[in-house]
Amino acid sequence: MLILTCPCCGVTGEETEFHAGGEAHLKRHGPGSTEDQFEEYLFMRENPKGVHFERWRHVYGCGKWFHAARSTTTLEVYGTYAAQTHEPPKDLRDTISKKVPGWTWREFQ
Amino acid sequence: MKRYSAFAIAREAMRHHTGWNRAWRDAQPKPKYDVIIVGAGGHGLATAYYLGKNFGITNVAILEKGWLGGGNTGRNTTIIRSNYLQDPSAAIYEKSRSLYETMSQDLNYNVMFSPRGLIMLAQTHHEVRGYQRTAHANALQGVSTEFISPARVKELVPIINIDGPRYPVLGGLYQARGGTARHDAVAWGYARACSDMGMDVIQQCEVTAVRTEGGKVTGVDTTRGPIDCDKLGGVVAGHSGHLCDMAGFRLPIESVALQALVSEPIKPCMDVVVMANTVHGYMSQSDKGEMVIGGGTDGYNNYTQRGSFHHIEETVRALIETFPMVSRLKMLRQWGGIVDVTGDRSPILSKTPVEGMFINCGWGTGGFKAIPGSGWAMAELMAKGHSPLTDEFSMHRFREGKFIDESVAAGVAH
Repeated sequence: MLILTCPCCGVTGEETEFHAGGEAHLKRHGPGSTEDQFEEYLFMRENPKGVHFERWRHVYGCGKWFHAARSTTTLEVYGTYAAQTHEPPKDLRDTISKKVPGWTWREFQ
Repeated sequence: MKRYSAFAIAREAMRHHTGWNRAWRDAQPKPKYDVIIVGAGGHGLATAYYLGKNFGITNVAILEKGWLGGGNTGRNTTIIRSNYLQDPSAAIYEKSRSLYETMSQDLNYNVMFSPRGLIMLAQTHHEVRGYQRTAHANALQGVSTEFISPARVKELVPIINIDGPRYPVLGGLYQARGGTARHDAVAWGYARACSDMGMDVIQQCEVTAVRTEGGKVTGVDTTRGPIDCDKLGGVVAGHSGHLCDMAGFRLPIESVALQALVSEPIKPCMDVVVMANTVHGYMSQSDKGEMVIGGGTDGYNNYTQRGSFHHIEETVRALIETFPMVSRLKMLRQWGGIVDVTGDRSPILSKTPVEGMFINCGWGTGGFKAIPGSGWAMAELMAKGHSPLTDEFSMHRFREGKFIDESVAAGVAH
């Protein structure tokens, strides 16, 4: 059972209080973008064995969307952060780098 | 290979069963093979078997990071059916189901195929219309199914409650030749037949890198040293994304946990497979007497082979209304497997951007039933470069919008 803390209302709850919303930081390209970019946005997914960033919604709480960093191999939740960003905050990335040495980061922009 | 037969049992009974050999050789990796299959689960072994049987390609290694059939092949609920809506799905799943019919004879290995019949319950009016449509589609595809009345459901499954307050049974899609088989035996039978053809089944051998040269695959690095090959087949289910990452391309796949459980064994009470998709639960009774219950997937990516407790609770809670007697059963054990789910919930059998590398994945929550058909089609794809069974299942179908949209049609618990 995952334990998540909603960064919007500060409540810590079990995963049944939340709803998973898939991969975070997907980039939706604008007019003039290529078919490759559109396919990437719609279907291609990171699916990493390790650190994953995803969207969650506090459905049985404040109802707001936020982002979470989680391990797909140990189910450890490294932290949660506000959805209004294009990449994970630096302090969270530092925490993860310390916990998972050698983890290589993808481009978020 | 010594053939298994009633005579062999009688002969061994006379000499204290000292004459049984290993079912397959414990092979050591050679420096080079014509074809390497990564993943010795059902699909990987079936691919290797049909490469040898249908195309005479026997210089083949099947690499397995754990033990043979230790992934989803040994973790599913063993259901076999082919009542799909879309034509490409019906073709490959019906091919598969028909191969199950004679598998024990073909492999000389008892896979205990039991075509006991399978019912998908319609518990909402939407489902009634959906399954009637599927029954009509199946008639056109040559798949034998019928839509049956609630009374007929009750006749086939006496323990069912057809007039529950929330989810009454309004009918069912019945496939009389659907059923179950012994999942481990399928992997073991294929492994034995592959080994007999001279193929190497190499366990405890994890692929750590895919080597390419000028866009063409040349071999793999493994925990037991580098191995060269001309063609590479990736048949690693939930770990497909990871394998393709090594080869330098991405897949439209996400890996999630799917759970199942069995009850304590009880006397025979249900001799068909029942799927109740509205409530995300399906149930059959094993030969040992356990009620085998499958549930839905978790909503988030996961590689841990265990799922959330509340999913088990939800599955069982939902089944109790339809099968009141299961409320008194104790759970014997529960387990999870990692399934690879695509955007349209249909599999990928495809060439890849790397020349000479092929991928067979995305079977999601329903791979066991497809093992022989998938192996048959994948072998043809790898040997000839295309197969009528796999043409529609290309990994590039998503960008073209040519979905095989079973996420609603299959109606199974996704």
